[in-house]
Amino acid sequence: MNPEDPATDNSAHANAATSTSSAPTALDCMTRRDAMLQLLRVTGAGMATAAAALWLSQNSARPASTTAANVRRDHTVEPNAALPEMVVVQGNDPRAMVARAFADLGGVSRFIAHGDHVVLKPNIAWDRTPEQAANTNPDVVAEVVKQCWQAGAKRVIVTDVSCNDAERCFHRSGIAAAARAEGAEVILPDLARFREVNLGGEILQSWPVFEPFLGADKVINLPIAKHHGLTGATLGFKNWYGILGGERNRLHQQIHQSLVDLAAFMLPTLTLIDCYRVLLRNGPTGGNLEDVALHKTLVAGTDPVALDAYVAKAYWNIEASALPYLQLAERRGLGRADFEHLRTKFSQSA
Amino acid sequence: MFFRFFTKLRAAALRLATLRLLSQVFFLALFVFLLLRTEFRGTVGSGGDVRMQWPVGLFFKIDPLVALSNALATHALYRGLLASLLILLPVMFLGRFFCGWICPMGTIHHFFGNLKSEAKRGKQGIDANRYKPWQRTKYVILLAVLVAALFGTGLVGWFDPFSLLVRSVGLSILPGANYAANALINAMEHSNLGAVQSAGTSLHAALAATVLSFKQPHFRQGILLGLIFLVLLATNLRVTRFWCRALCPLGALLGVASRWSILGLHKDAATCNKCNRCLMHCQGGDDPIGGAPWHKAECLMCMNCVDSCPHHSLQFKVFRAEPEIVGTNLPRRKMLTGLALGAAAVPLLRANTALGKSRDEHMIRPPGALDETDFLSRCIRCGECMKVCPTNALQPAFTEAGLEGIWSPVLTPRIGYCEPSCVLCSEVCPTGAIWKLTPRKKGWVVGIGEANASASDGNANEAEAKSVRLGTAFYDRGRCLPWAMATDCIVCEEWCPVSPKAIYLQEVQVVDADGNLKLLKQPHVDPSRCVGCGACEYACPLQEHPAVYVTSIGESRSVESQILLSRRKAKAQS
Repeated sequence: MNPEDPATDNSAHANAATSTSSAPTALDCMTRRDAMLQLLRVTGAGMATAAAALWLSQNSARPASTTAANVRRDHTVEPNAALPEMVVVQGNDPRAMVARAFADLGGVSRFIAHGDHVVLKPNIAWDRTPEQAANTNPDVVAEVVKQCWQAGAKRVIVTDVSCNDAERCFHRSGIAAAARAEGAEVILPDLARFREVNLGGEILQSWPVFEPFLGADKVINLPIAKHHGLTGATLGFKNWYGILGGERNRLHQQIHQSLVDLAAFMLPTLTLIDCYRVLLRNGPTGGNLEDVALHKTLVAGTDPVALDAYVAKAYWNIEASALPYLQLAERRGLGRADFEHLRTKFSQSA
Repeated sequence: MFFRFFTKLRAAALRLATLRLLSQVFFLALFVFLLLRTEFRGTVGSGGDVRMQWPVGLFFKIDPLVALSNALATHALYRGLLASLLILLPVMFLGRFFCGWICPMGTIHHFFGNLKSEAKRGKQGIDANRYKPWQRTKYVILLAVLVAALFGTGLVGWFDPFSLLVRSVGLSILPGANYAANALINAMEHSNLGAVQSAGTSLHAALAATVLSFKQPHFRQGILLGLIFLVLLATNLRVTRFWCRALCPLGALLGVASRWSILGLHKDAATCNKCNRCLMHCQGGDDPIGGAPWHKAECLMCMNCVDSCPHHSLQFKVFRAEPEIVGTNLPRRKMLTGLALGAAAVPLLRANTALGKSRDEHMIRPPGALDETDFLSRCIRCGECMKVCPTNALQPAFTEAGLEGIWSPVLTPRIGYCEPSCVLCSEVCPTGAIWKLTPRKKGWVVGIGEANASASDGNANEAEAKSVRLGTAFYDRGRCLPWAMATDCIVCEEWCPVSPKAIYLQEVQVVDADGNLKLLKQPHVDPSRCVGCGACEYACPLQEHPAVYVTSIGESRSVESQILLSRRKAKAQS
């Protein structure tokens, strides 16, 4: 149809919806009133667009990661000279061993205050069953959860960033079920819940950190002692790889420095190294029961450096001097590698 | 008031079309539910093997077309496929009610066929619902895929409605919906408005507990698979249920099977005044109108014509004697076309290199897969295994397995590796292309479960010798950090899931760029231990072109595709 020619019967019914102001007139232009209204409309729309653009351009900033200073929390508690710094408990029942370890260290309420928000970091990295000793013993995790509730914790979270498919790892390790049975909140590593954080390390700067690790009052490290091809053993320090997302496989290029950078970012309240079943060979994945030795031991304490040094020496006969990360950590002030000089208590439990 | 509502409800329920609608909604919901559950969702309860909680392959098991093709190709019937008699036998007696009442693909097309469209207005719509000779195309397709099956191929899956549906919806539409839902939730959760944020959090929790996949799945050719489906849906805007009328080989099979069915459409010539109302909502294009013979094999028994006839001239009755057109109505020449297509397909497709001496190095099949010829004869390219794979490792093939193998599953380690204890793909495979496997038979994890008792007396080595292998890993020493760049790494060794590890380390002294001597560990592969899971390739930091990669040689399903003369037994470690 031809809009120039309002007389054709095409436009008569096709344009039934148009307003009356555009009814056929002799003049080929709109009325003054309509013109002013339209001018007002377009001015308003233009100003709104300009204002939005100005506001947005002021907000323009290069995306920056949260700095470690803002998110790092010191989760440690005051040292007590009357109490042991490291305890080694042997027994048949992992749960009784955990209870004993807490008792020997001065009671759980020394570490967990009423109303605390506690995060437990077991190793739930691999799609393996508890007997294969690639993940932390579920009974150890369950008992720590229980102890935290007894100390009056407000919230207890159990989480890890798995290597294998997380749902399978949490399920087959038995940890999800054991922790839930004790009432803990089990959080799977959801890709949407990582926050870019500047770790402020010597080589580790901006890395995605799993959010649940960032808001805690207390963090308890629950690694399992395993063999590792690169460092000989993977213990408490290496467990912190599991707070990171992103391409963790690059960390191995400077494993010792990256371990220390991470440990300096994440200062735990307490570390309990699960040595109930120890994966002596083909770690950290294992898979063969022949690689697993039953040592029925739990090593706990407040000095992460000493704990790693002790377990490496006890099960693999690796001297602290052969683990460069321990020296680096000592220099960084994270603890002491000469575990022989620590106040240590050995005990037996049920 | 309430009483009137109730009587209305009863009147509606008595209408056959209403019952049909309820049945359609139920089976479509069941199909979608089972498809959503075709993935491992961490359940409460510890330890043990991971299994599917629901019979996710139900619709394949009751699919007579898959059963027939499987029987023709393998001279046997795999596991649950016997259940397809549950559909086939009633259809033989009653006609194609399955298409109109149960088939989820049919229901989706029914819905899209009901959408308003210019091409189907008024007279055009009535014309479009008359019987058309091109509806016989589906019989040609059926003939072709069945003859091809006789030659030993599972190509039927390209056209089987459930294969098509799972492949398109499971590998393209659902992952897309998952992405969209996550994007929405993410935007809401990062909102500055508290209300929007908490709404986002609750939406996230609700969706995560029900439909959302924990990890966003990605599939190669996803866009292609989705577009094929959308184009088929769009055909409904011209011809209602074009897919069911003209293309679906399962519908064709059921049409043939209904030849002697005792139930049929009775047309009362005395009361019919040819008002065409019955044609307005006809689904099958089977000419329910008076004066024309009824096409028995085309009728989907949707009952719309019975309900829309103002004179009650139409009724479904048993043992009636009326003129009707039964069977395929296919002229001999078309029949020959179908036969020729089917007969030519396999020889032509297999004349390529996929089955020759040199297989494609990327044609890594899932654990439990049969050797390639047997595999291709059973695999219906339905995508169930890809949907269920927890690491997203199984991808639809494009060029890896030749033209015949398009959309068959290949393991793609750069995207995901084969989880050591996982056998979900073999559990969901409806046709036995991936033969039923247990974690113990897969053999990557020694000394667990049934083997527990005898783990120490040498059985471990025996199990290892017989374990499933998908291929073998190789190093690209020009890219590997310890080999080429004097840098520590060995993430591949860390991830290697077998014990003793198939990747072993050698400590060597190298010279770095500054001329300093440096001690580091270089990785090597022991081909007799490697199971080809691809974990090393997946974990390698050189992501886009990993320095360690798996190729199909050494796969246990093949006799020829081997490297070693004999596999030495692993030495028991002290």
